Amino acid sequence: MRFSKDHEWVNLDGSEATIGITAYAAGQLGDIVFVDLPAAGKAVKSGDGLAVVESVKAASDVFSPLTGEVTGVNPALADNPETVNDAPEAGGWFVKLKVANPAEFDQLMDRDAYEAFLRTL
Amino acid sequence: MESRLHAAPEQALKSTVLGEDHRRRGGRMVAFAGYAMPVQYETGILKEHQWTRAHAGAFDVSHMGPAFLDIAGPSDDPEARHAAAAAAIEPLVSGDIAGLKPGQLRYTLLLNEQGGVLDDLMVGRPADPKFHGRLYIVVNAGCKEADFSLIEAAIGDRGRLVRADDGALIALQGPEAADVLTALLPEALDLSFMNFRRLPFEGRQLRVARSGYTGEDGFEILAPAPVAAALWARLLADERVRPIGLGARDSLRLEAGLPLYGHDIDDTVSPIEAGLGFAVSKRRLKTGRMRGAARIARELAEGPSRLRVGLRILEGAPAREGAQILRSDGANVGVVTSGGFSPTLGAPIAMGFVPPAQAASGTRLFVDVRGRRQAAEVTPLPFVPHRYHRGD
Repeated sequence: MRFSKDHEWVNLDGSEATIGITAYAAGQLGDIVFVDLPAAGKAVKSGDGLAVVESVKAASDVFSPLTGEVTGVNPALADNPETVNDAPEAGGWFVKLKVANPAEFDQLMDRDAYEAFLRTL
Repeated sequence: MESRLHAAPEQALKSTVLGEDHRRRGGRMVAFAGYAMPVQYETGILKEHQWTRAHAGAFDVSHMGPAFLDIAGPSDDPEARHAAAAAAIEPLVSGDIAGLKPGQLRYTLLLNEQGGVLDDLMVGRPADPKFHGRLYIVVNAGCKEADFSLIEAAIGDRGRLVRADDGALIALQGPEAADVLTALLPEALDLSFMNFRRLPFEGRQLRVARSGYTGEDGFEILAPAPVAAALWARLLADERVRPIGLGARDSLRLEAGLPLYGHDIDDTVSPIEAGLGFAVSKRRLKTGRMRGAARIARELAEGPSRLRVGLRILEGAPAREGAQILRSDGANVGVVTSGGFSPTLGAPIAMGFVPPAQAASGTRLFVDVRGRRQAAEVTPLPFVPHRYHRGD
């Protein structure tokens, strides 16, 4: 699993990436009540808006850490958005992406580097 | 991930007298009206909201603007002294201040000459005849400097305005609030909704009002700085009470259908448009001696061009402030002024302005959320019934 400075995580399996938000991000957002996910087929560049997470208080943008095409979204989040709070780095995943440039994955932080980054915040 | 609400740096922010306590209790501090205020504590907005609806929540609202207006009376007669105080402030506000009974509080509106709302505020007449000629007022945090200047200019040398925002203003709200407070201050039980009185606490005088901003029974208590921390600690020592941040304060007031100044009402919105006609004194409107009287009277007679309504969002994401409201034919008819998720209803709710033709309960409309059109329905306010203690 790799991590972005915007608090997204990525798992890469071949050319398919699974993307979600980190436990830290979910904790910062608080109680998540809705997740606005992209349509399958949508092309995104790294740094583009990928999803919008709604907590009781506010809407927050989730940026794509990679370039690619959305191949699927987590169907569980429609009825159970709180899954993101309960299991942010597992069942609370957001999007599957067909990755255009795997080198972008290697540029993301590993867990040790991400945890060191969190300590600077 | 990036929140669309940005926490400003805490330097240069003022702290309330309870600021250190919030940090110690895990309060997440954000900038609000120039103060560092807790938006939530450790359990989060949803649980704080639900706790307040089920038990009792304690809110630090010391950033607001409590003050006393003292008018030098023409005589020793308490009624004449109150009449003089009322006459000093009535030219600025919409309400009947002269008609306040001893110990009564009234929600009223500070108006501009166009009949727009400069602020919404509480004005109270002390219960004790000894203090008649004084009014207790509480204005919004973001407006207090402007409000106080306006009031001081209006009273001139007839009296003086004494700020009381150096202490704490603590709201205790929820179905168990009365039991909690009367364990500490037995006389608070005698208060009914929109009444207040002085009650002693550890050698100082509190002003305890039966009022609030959640739709629940509860109290708003002005505590002088030397006893503020002690009162806060005593309230929170009761296991029925938890500290509640500004996040849940906002979701609670939204469910209660209560407008938030600067969002649902501002200096362009009239009391009639905002559905706050109850705060307009018919006696005073008839005399014409009210700021914006012509517009307010016309809107009362002919109906305003827009009205504040409640909306249930029937699908999709919460519609936040600024979201456009559309008719079924796609025509843009209004805008959301407050919106979020209702923990009690488990669904998104909003308030906004639409023309009277779209304002009837049950009217089907749409809201535009990030380019997506979501069904919504005009819903009576409040979304969650009020449970005020109006006495027997």
